[in-house]
Amino acid sequence: MSAAKAKAIAPAKKPAERIAHKGILEVRGLTTYFKLGVGDVKAVQNVSFDLEPGESLGLAGESGCGKTTAALSILKLLPENGRIVSGDVLFDGRNLAKRTEFGMSKIRWKEISIIFQGAMNALNPVKETGKQIAEPIQLHEGLSEGKAMVRVRELYDLVGISQKRVMDFPHQLSGGMRQRAMIAMALACNPKLVIGDEPTTALDVMVQAQILELIERLRKELDLSFILISHDLSVMAETCDKGVIMYAGEVVESGTTADIFNSATHPYTRQLIKAFPNIHEKREMVSSIRGDPPNLVSPPAGCGFCPRCDEKVARCETEHPEMVEVQAGHFVRCVHAKSQRSDALVRGDEAAPDLKGV
Amino acid sequence: MATAESTPAKADLYEKGTVHADDLSSATVKDGVLFDVKDLEVYFPIQQGFFKAMVATEKKFVKAVDRVSFQIMQGEILALVGESGCGKTTTGRTLLRLEDPTGGHILYKGLPVEKFAAKTLRAYRKKAQIIFQDPYNSINPKQTIFDIVAEPLEVNNVCSSEREKEERVIKAINEAGLRPATEYLYRYPHELSGGQRQRVCIAGATVLEPDVIVADEPVASLDVSIRNDILKLMVEEKEKLGVTYIFITHDLSLAWVISDRIAVMYLGRIVEIGETEEVVANPQHPYTKALISVIPVPDPLAKREHVILKGETPNPVDIPSGCRFHPRCPEAIEACKEIDPPDVRITGDHYAACIRIDR
Ligand SMILES: Nc1ncnc2c1ncn2[C@@H]1O[C@H](COP(=O)(O)OP(=O)(O)OP(=O)(O)O)[C@@H](O)[C@H]1O
Ligand SMILES: Nc1ncnc2c1ncn2[C@@H]1O[C@H](COP(=O)(O)OP(=O)(O)OP(=O)(O)O)[C@@H](O)[C@H]1O
Ligand code: SF4
Ligand SMILES: [Mg+2]
Ligand SMILES: [Mg+2]
Repeated sequence: MSAAKAKAIAPAKKPAERIAHKGILEVRGLTTYFKLGVGDVKAVQNVSFDLEPGESLGLAGESGCGKTTAALSILKLLPENGRIVSGDVLFDGRNLAKRTEFGMSKIRWKEISIIFQGAMNALNPVKETGKQIAEPIQLHEGLSEGKAMVRVRELYDLVGISQKRVMDFPHQLSGGMRQRAMIAMALACNPKLVIGDEPTTALDVMVQAQILELIERLRKELDLSFILISHDLSVMAETCDKGVIMYAGEVVESGTTADIFNSATHPYTRQLIKAFPNIHEKREMVSSIRGDPPNLVSPPAGCGFCPRCDEKVARCETEHPEMVEVQAGHFVRCVHAKSQRSDALVRGDEAAPDLKGV
Repeated sequence: MATAESTPAKADLYEKGTVHADDLSSATVKDGVLFDVKDLEVYFPIQQGFFKAMVATEKKFVKAVDRVSFQIMQGEILALVGESGCGKTTTGRTLLRLEDPTGGHILYKGLPVEKFAAKTLRAYRKKAQIIFQDPYNSINPKQTIFDIVAEPLEVNNVCSSEREKEERVIKAINEAGLRPATEYLYRYPHELSGGQRQRVCIAGATVLEPDVIVADEPVASLDVSIRNDILKLMVEEKEKLGVTYIFITHDLSLAWVISDRIAVMYLGRIVEIGETEEVVANPQHPYTKALISVIPVPDPLAKREHVILKGETPNPVDIPSGCRFHPRCPEAIEACKEIDPPDVRITGDHYAACIRIDR
């Protein structure tokens, strides 16, 4: 994996010099709600991150924190009751958040594609897998099924499935092969950016390693940018240049993976890291994070993590923390976080623990 | 894998044919060995169409468990790890005689489980419980939590009064970490979170106060935080109540966190077994080495070499000759195609089955 580039992940309220884009994707203040009888589910709130060409970014956090919603918002593939409330999604200089459905249909598959969460288990059981992979090619490149199948065979080669298997039905393929087929489908129209939503979650470790290696190889060969969504922090640590940690719809920490894992600053990030075993270190019980994430229909006024946080102070309950750039490109949303450039940490009235990483 | 020589008394029991309930109630644990599994085989016949069956020259079998020997010590957590389809669930189910072995023996406190008479089996099932792989399908959505947890008590008819039943149910639910239990008793499964539902399964498995629990992927579908709570609970029950756990998981890193010993399975065989820390720090079998090398860890700076095996585990119907791992083994030599490797003792009770280990 190439060393992470130290491009700043700008916070939500940065000046709008965006059109001269450097990154391939710049998400700014993305906010997405779902309408329910009881009110709006604030699934994604003020989410910002950047991605450069050829870079891989991991989006991690517990179930329900808004990872999938963020990805679906980028592609404007939200279900009926979902809507982007505000924010921009700048892709190659174009603002997708403002694009029409017709405009988006030119972007999807050809420029950005997604491997949907659980899609490998949702293939049509009575249709040959290869023909299903050919569908987006026929639709978006206007090819006949025959011509599209030629492309599918090439794609099978690329992702390491024998061409002989193109006419196999999904149940004839192993889980690993089905996920390879989903990757082939995502690559069918030569996109620049691929989003993988939990692409290895249901797979065994060895197959997971094979799939991650494949993604890594394709990223280099095809010069792809990749967003890896995973609830497994270890997978993100192993494969991504940059990381974004989400909690209750918000980004609580972002930066290079080294920033996140080796200088974790947000109390949630630090607790989450400790929840994953590291077999190369001393054996100890993994810790759990007490309590549950907040209700997203009426999220708390202060910090969303406050009820579960060991480091909370009085103002955490009332003050919603701003994103702070603690080091160049390393952002943290916590009242304790202060830019390391001014050495003295301003910490409110109560004493707070040392936050300079673990 | 290491099996003690069977005592003459045990041999007699084989002769006698059946094990009666009295034998079970008077049986004791010797040298800490709760289960002694020897050359266990569980083959499933393949369902063939009528025509195929007529012309087939030999009957084909899924060799889910193919000559496995190991021991389970009383009061330990033994992790059974390996990839999907390697035979973990079948091994666990056979220990409880939810599957019948087609070969070999399972000795529980020295008694052959495969020879248990029906009544013995009923008594045995009170002592040995299972938490099924899929909590969503293994609990009845129409029953209250109370009824779900009380069911094993009723089926086994162990309570002399309603009062006793209620007390035991409440105790089990409390111990499973749903506190106060009274708040959960009359809820339905859909009114609980995934982690809470898994706790209900654990309460159902512990309510009879068994000696041993086979926990089949008890945390596979859970979020990290809840997952860790459940792992802690298992360690607690082992320590406080002396429950022996067979912890089935495909995730070696979780096995490393809570187990005392690890058995690594590949294609129906245990290829390596030993003390957890010893196996992880000093793996001997090429398969174990590869598995450990690909476990992701939460540290981007720890760039280690990954030994990524090619292809996938073969079908357990046509098991490769010699060492069953040889087609995928990075260390295989010609002889591996011929020799089915015996267990080699590494140190203490650490064993691995590979001919390239020189001892
Ligand atoms: N169509 C919908 N209507 C209402 N709420 C929804 C809808 N889809 C998702 N949500 C809610 O939005 C929040 C974010 O869901 P999302 O699927 O983005 O989470 P996630 O981080 O991808 O979780 P997981 O790891 O479980 O996939 C959750 O609270 C979820 O319940
Ligand atoms: N009742 C059965 N009839 C036929 N084959 C079976 C039966 N039960 C299991 N098998 C086969 O035996 C092999 C071992 O299955 P088992 O369920 O024990 O594996 P496992 O290690 O628990 O896998 P997983 O991690 O997927 O749960 C598999 O090939 C499976 O398909
Ligand atoms: S016996 Fe040979 S094939 Fe089997 S694990 Fe050892 S080296 Fe590999
Ligand atoms: Mg999701
Ligand atoms: Mg299983």
